Amino acid sequence: MVNTKVALSGLVLDNPVIPASGTFGYGHEFAELYDINILGSFSFKGTTREPRFGNEPPRIAETASGMLNAVGLQNPGIDRVIGEELPKLRKVFHKPVVANISGFSVDEYAQCCERIDKEEQVGLIEVNISCPNVHRGGMSFGTSPESAAQVTKAVKAVTKKPVYMKLSPNVTDIAAIAKACEEAGADGISLINTLMGMRIDLKKRAPVIKNVTGGLSGPAVFPVALRMVWQVYEAVKIPIIGMGGVTTAEDVIEMMLAGATAVEVGAANLVDPFASKKIVEELPYVMERLHIENLTDIIGGAHNG
Amino acid sequence: MVDTVFEIAANREIAKNTYEMVLSGETGDIRPGQFVNLKLEGFYLRRPISVCDYGEDSLTLIYKVVGRGTRYMSGLCKGAKIDALIGLGNGYDTSVSGGRPLLIGGGAGVPPMYALAKKLISEGKNPAVILGFNTKDEVFYEEEFRALGLDTYVTTTDGSYGIRGFVTDAMDMLPLRGDPTSPLPLPAGAGRAERKSYSYFYTCGPEPMLRAVYDKSVTSGQFSFEERMGCGFGACMGCTCRTKYGHKRICKDGPVLVKEEIVW
Ligand SMILES: Cc1cc2nc3c(=O)[nH]c(=O)nc-3n(C[C@H](O)[C@H](O)[C@H](O)COP(=O)(O)OP(=O)(O)OC[C@H]3O[C@@H](n4cnc5c(N)ncnc54)[C@H](O)[C@@H]3O)c2cc1C
Ligand SMILES: Cc1cc2nc3c(=O)[nH]c(=O)nc-3n(C[C@H](O)[C@H](O)[C@H](O)COP(=O)(O)O)c2cc1C
Ligand code: FES
Repeated sequence: MVNTKVALSGLVLDNPVIPASGTFGYGHEFAELYDINILGSFSFKGTTREPRFGNEPPRIAETASGMLNAVGLQNPGIDRVIGEELPKLRKVFHKPVVANISGFSVDEYAQCCERIDKEEQVGLIEVNISCPNVHRGGMSFGTSPESAAQVTKAVKAVTKKPVYMKLSPNVTDIAAIAKACEEAGADGISLINTLMGMRIDLKKRAPVIKNVTGGLSGPAVFPVALRMVWQVYEAVKIPIIGMGGVTTAEDVIEMMLAGATAVEVGAANLVDPFASKKIVEELPYVMERLHIENLTDIIGGAHNG
Repeated sequence: MVDTVFEIAANREIAKNTYEMVLSGETGDIRPGQFVNLKLEGFYLRRPISVCDYGEDSLTLIYKVVGRGTRYMSGLCKGAKIDALIGLGNGYDTSVSGGRPLLIGGGAGVPPMYALAKKLISEGKNPAVILGFNTKDEVFYEEEFRALGLDTYVTTTDGSYGIRGFVTDAMDMLPLRGDPTSPLPLPAGAGRAERKSYSYFYTCGPEPMLRAVYDKSVTSGQFSFEERMGCGFGACMGCTCRTKYGHKRICKDGPVLVKEEIVW
């Protein structure tokens, strides 16, 4: 028997597979399809202080081996997530969940995290400082080490739960930003969010997405994500949740060899609603084939010395 | 929602750039107005297509070639396998139709009207149907609707076949309640306002057509909408629209919306 358990800042997961924020809602659509308790955990839809409609449609475009989205953080707001979504989730998911939090000011991040700190169901807070879709906030916090550190400090001051800062790949030096978060007290780093891109409709001669730009994800970004996980692993000591294009159990292993302790699966859930389940089920077989007994042994295993 | 691998039993061109694909495999629970989401080899996102007809072990889709994905579909041969998520969306509610529902389909919006017509007939109702196309070469399924015994009106924008104009022009031509050719008798003492030619309506087609139908219609009705989708089953918030009753996901809370809730 292989051992798929991993630990994120004291939070032990049965396996490293975590559906990524924004691709798994608040769990219900998938709980109707399979027992989501087989997952390591899952990261719920990016939640903000106020309810948000998000961007005007169209919000989705297809790309080679991937997709663009400009959902723009549509969510019911922190009050309803705590008052309605979490109680509903309790009935179908019995493990600690990852709370993905977004904001448009340092205060907003802190207020949301303070509220979520009191929720027993939440095992870890993933602070999204990287959403490229919202004009006023998101992007800017994740693109400079100073503002990333500022958010980290503000959030750490209001919660005892592990805080993982989710980084944007749309930067020149991802390692510097990860380091700034670590120094500001972050318990871990989550990466990558989507890469900014666009498509043009040839017949309409206009951008496909109303917002003009959207975030690229899916297998197309896997090598970029892997490279960034690798660089961050070399720069920090805190654990990393790696993501970007993960589709198979082999991809999970590859991310872990680059330095990830756990792995999130995003767009793959949208095109195959059973993708995360399949990855969880295949993982032990792939481990056996690769002679891996304990998954934790391979974290960062591709870095020599 | 169910994930099924179908075998293609037939795939043929039935009108200009328009194909009918028959799939065999288990269909489970399906309602008219629902859609399937097809996984195509070499394309990342699935393609949503309405259910045109269904039985216990077969499913008929009609699609128009408009881009690379639908072009790829048109090249698929009998015997090929295709992965589909089926039973997606809310579908049409037939319980509110009254005895003389009107079905209005435009172009690629015609297919869902067929399964709906069959369902309404099985419930003992007597639907009429208006099928709108751009031109004669694009007309399909007129015979199939007539074979169900429906009063069938075909319009073409250029007048090359049937009634010249839009589906809304055909709406003007329907026999009013109480007319000799209308199946709806006029109740004693009914006023002019009650002489409606239909009891309710269902429509699917391009958005400008839906809007025109909305403005023209004299009863309540249901509209089927399209939006670009990430998942098709409610997980990604990629297809959200505003309604008078709050935000709705076209793929899960739709694609069918009732007239009273629509915000244009
Ligand atoms: C609920 C629903 C039911 C539909 N039913 C039918 C049907 O019965 N018959 C039919 O011919 N067409 C139907 N369509 C439209 C059909 O999905 C598109 O024509 C098809 O996806 C185009 O794919 P493509 O690769 O050929 O075009 P491309 O333009 O190359 O596609 C690129 C991307 O845009 C998406 N896209 C393009 N046009 C549309 C559209 N109109 N709606 C949603 N996504 C789109 C594609 O899915 C793909 O992800 C339906 C759409 C929806 C949302
Ligand atoms: C439709 C969609 C919505 C997303 N929404 C969020 C979000 O609300 N918060 C967040 O931190 N990341 C969000 N993401 C980013 C993913 O969590 C993930 O970081 C990214 O998609 C890369 O992984 P993937 O290639 O496996 O999809 C979203 C991604 C998609 C595709
Ligand atoms: S397409 Fe994903 S929620 Fe509708």
